[in-house]
Amino acid sequence: MADAALNPPGPRRPAPRATASAADVALTPDEKRAARRELRRNRFMAFLLTLPLLIFLSFAFIAPIGTMLFQSVYSPNVAELIPDTLDRLSDWDGQAIPDEETRTAFAYDLRQLFAERRSGRLGEELNRVLPGASSTVQGTARKLNEAEPEEVAARGAEMLSEFNAAWDSPEIWRALQRAGEVYTDRFFLTALDLERTPEGEVQARASARIYIDLYVKTLRMGLTITLLTVLLGYPLSFFLAHQPSGRANMLIIFVLLPFWTSLLVRTTAWIALLQTNGVVNSTLMAMGLISEPLTLLYTEFATILAMTHILLPFMVLPLYSVMKTIDPSYMRAAMSMGARPIRAWYSVYLPASLPGLSAGAMLVFIISVGYYITPALVGGTDGQMISNLIAFHMQQSNNWGLAAALGTLLLALILVIYFAFDRFVGASNIKLG
Amino acid sequence: MFRQWPAYFTFWHRAGARALAWFSFAVLFFLILPIVVIVPLSFNVEPFFSFTEGMLRLEPAAYSLRWYREIFENPNWMLAIRNSFVIGIAATIVATLLGTLAAVGMTSRYMPFKNLIMAVMLAPMIVPLIIMAAGMFFFYTRYNIAGTYFGIIMAHAALGIPFVMISVMATLSGFDRALYHAGLSLGATPVRAFMDITVPIIRPGVISGALFAFVTSFDEVVIVIFLAGPGQRTIPRQMFAGLREQINPTILAVATLLIAISVLFLISLELLRRRSERMRGITAT
Repeated sequence: MADAALNPPGPRRPAPRATASAADVALTPDEKRAARRELRRNRFMAFLLTLPLLIFLSFAFIAPIGTMLFQSVYSPNVAELIPDTLDRLSDWDGQAIPDEETRTAFAYDLRQLFAERRSGRLGEELNRVLPGASSTVQGTARKLNEAEPEEVAARGAEMLSEFNAAWDSPEIWRALQRAGEVYTDRFFLTALDLERTPEGEVQARASARIYIDLYVKTLRMGLTITLLTVLLGYPLSFFLAHQPSGRANMLIIFVLLPFWTSLLVRTTAWIALLQTNGVVNSTLMAMGLISEPLTLLYTEFATILAMTHILLPFMVLPLYSVMKTIDPSYMRAAMSMGARPIRAWYSVYLPASLPGLSAGAMLVFIISVGYYITPALVGGTDGQMISNLIAFHMQQSNNWGLAAALGTLLLALILVIYFAFDRFVGASNIKLG
Repeated sequence: MFRQWPAYFTFWHRAGARALAWFSFAVLFFLILPIVVIVPLSFNVEPFFSFTEGMLRLEPAAYSLRWYREIFENPNWMLAIRNSFVIGIAATIVATLLGTLAAVGMTSRYMPFKNLIMAVMLAPMIVPLIIMAAGMFFFYTRYNIAGTYFGIIMAHAALGIPFVMISVMATLSGFDRALYHAGLSLGATPVRAFMDITVPIIRPGVISGALFAFVTSFDEVVIVIFLAGPGQRTIPRQMFAGLREQINPTILAVATLLIAISVLFLISLELLRRRSERMRGITAT
């Protein structure tokens, strides 16, 4: 179809060659113009063939990723709930508590929100900026609702102080102001375990470090898994690459079958193997090696073991396809000249197999860092990775802004790894089979 | 490693080569064992995930097909099987059409911005699924297509496209365009030459790309978890729910069926590869 489009039918002069500059000398200006037009046409036709896919991907892929990036800095909820209060708070300096008028307006808004059953939403949003604020908001809102609207409109500020002393300190008002920001960096600060002081300075959050530790743990687990797949995969690929091709084709099935078997099937298999009364424990007990079943499932160990198994083909296949092309006589030559096997491997074979090794390592590392299913199923509490926390904030705590910020950071991390790899090794080295 | 030990091999060389062979077999065993173990466990008569004594003594009474019967009697599983095929086939058709067309454009030497466009098309392969799922969740809820077949099919097609492109582009790069031009010189119209000459030669690449796309969709679960309503649960989604809520051997029976499907898949891929090599004049060794 490309060629159909690129070489239109009908009588015309011999096809002008876009790249032949030597021939230009012999062309008339008219012919040159025709050649240029032809080139433009060809480029346009080629582009046209990719256009449907580009349009499709902008809806199915680029727009969703863009939405996620946007969601990490955009949070209109509180601004929609209490627009008047935020308007008044915008000229407040953040030092003493806001003036009576502002507080009264807020009390009135809050009563209204409670009546519309939306004060819970405000409490939830506020709680993310100031832990514990949710119960203050809900408790006050309930009491305000018992009073007449006129009374709240008249002496709302006093009523706030009466119902909860928290309204007398500037802290909660600052939190309100902060939660009301439509475009905000607060999700990113939370995701990086930072916070803003009342003066607006960024500092390490006083409460425990959560997210940075989890990123570090995710990277550590990713590296462990990558290292394990190298240790298991490199010798195996070397062995397979040096088998007669008939036997190698048969043995590679043992790598391809797991590769093509559903991820859920392999995870299920590890659950069957590792659980308390599972195959591993009963075998070990039958052999008399242990007397009590070991706790294997729902641990970090289970996550690493299952993921090593799942990702090992991603290491073996690129390695094997590179090693197949290395002439075995190089190694033999080195050894016949007196090199020990280790030396021959290190100075001859390793450099030649490096493209496969780095491609496999990058694939395994990038995939493992973003993994969700296996840690969720076999990881228990200490085998969780950053993806699981993103899922938690999307599904359970409904903190979409924070989920988006964590996701953006993870995406940035993976892009950095990928571009570093592409820069130093070249991503076109990745081959599977 | 070597069929005959070379003359310069000492005892330690030989020991090393043997150790390598043993180690490699151990790793192959590690790769295949979990998959093999599942199959007999799915015939367990008891609702456990482990071997009973009767099974070890190979008593026929310890084995049964009850978990397979359960799959076909459970409307949830039947719906999941139907959904998996509907979504997988639809996503495959979209990915194969768009991907093949784009691959033909991308292999043209006139293609502008080739590297940039290639990067965009292959990006769904590198971006973690959880991030795609999160983005699609935010995007789709905004336009009310979360919880519809349409949304999941779009997402799965996007995932399958890189595989179709890689596979078709690889076949096209081995395609000798002189064949196509020969067709033209003999008077065929370009469309006829493309359909009669190019298509049959690149067909194995298109089919294997389509198979990859189908398996990608069939196996995908993260996006389904975030985007699908109860009506769009697929097989892996149903397994995920089962493993989290109540573990029972029905899942093992489903897993065994899926293993059978991947064996079939592997065989068809191998047949395609041989055919492709024959078509391109490379004789199989």
